[in-house]
Amino acid sequence: MILLTLLAAVTIAIIQQRELFGVVVLSGVYSFLMASVMIVLDAVDVAMTEASVGAGISTVLLLATLHLTKARESRRLQRPYIPLAVALITGAALVWGTQGMPKFGAANTPMHTHVAPRYLKDSLPVMGVPNVVTTVLANYRGFDTFGEVTVVLTAGLGVMILLRGRRKSKKKKPKGKDKNKAKGAKSKTSPAQTTTASRAEGA
Amino acid sequence: MQALQSLADNYNYFITIFLMVSGLYIVIARGNMIKKLIGLAMFQSSVYLLYLSPGKIVGGTAPVLDPAFTVYSNPLPHVLMLTAIVVGVATLALGLALTVRIYEAYGTVNEDQIFARDNKK
Repeated sequence: MILLTLLAAVTIAIIQQRELFGVVVLSGVYSFLMASVMIVLDAVDVAMTEASVGAGISTVLLLATLHLTKARESRRLQRPYIPLAVALITGAALVWGTQGMPKFGAANTPMHTHVAPRYLKDSLPVMGVPNVVTTVLANYRGFDTFGEVTVVLTAGLGVMILLRGRRKSKKKKPKGKDKNKAKGAKSKTSPAQTTTASRAEGA
Repeated sequence: MQALQSLADNYNYFITIFLMVSGLYIVIARGNMIKKLIGLAMFQSSVYLLYLSPGKIVGGTAPVLDPAFTVYSNPLPHVLMLTAIVVGVATLALGLALTVRIYEAYGTVNEDQIFARDNKK
């Protein structure tokens, strides 16, 4: 509960902070808090992935982008009344929706009585792996994971294509040396991201 | 007293909703594209919380089978959220690459200035 409150506090700080470097650091803090909450919620595999991917790779990517662009958010001209209204209305609708949600931690809800018992009961004799999350990820829902790998591949290709055109246009200008170096660092993160993805599947 | 009890029971959902709404607010209200992408990531991680919260059983453990335990949390949301995290970072990487390209084309990543420049042309 305290962790969740801290998450909310970090969120408010992210909204108010205008120095983008601070925002990136705060989003790293946010990811680690989220990972801690996930451990409390018994989702250890997800927490591990969130800590490495959310707090690690995302922060590196954001910092690389900050290096390539301006690190200061300018103030907008109009007051943000319309977005605030949209957000508040959405929030009110969602709070209204929680009335139908099951009580936190209850064991007799449909999601615990439908397919999960079968995974928990059969996965060890049939598959022989004690970690049920791994079994479901790699065996029962293997096609999901395959689709995920396809998404990561497509995104990696997209990043490479977008940034490759950049190098060619920069070569004409002599000043782009420093930026090219940063770009090399960034494209190195793309394969790393793919390997982490496959590691996450193995986790 | 009863209101307090219902607040404690639904605290996870309320924080989830707060994070989701803040993410939405950042995406709509902030003009800076990097900040927008961070807002999008916040929205996504609130969805992780939304999925994982109902999967928890009070008194259960992580779904790693062991003879010493009988009650486990639901493994299915964990699997789905693993996939979602990886897809989320892929989205973030692509968005940031686009931001870098926009910065090169316009010299800024603020929406207002980009619109102003587009209108001038």
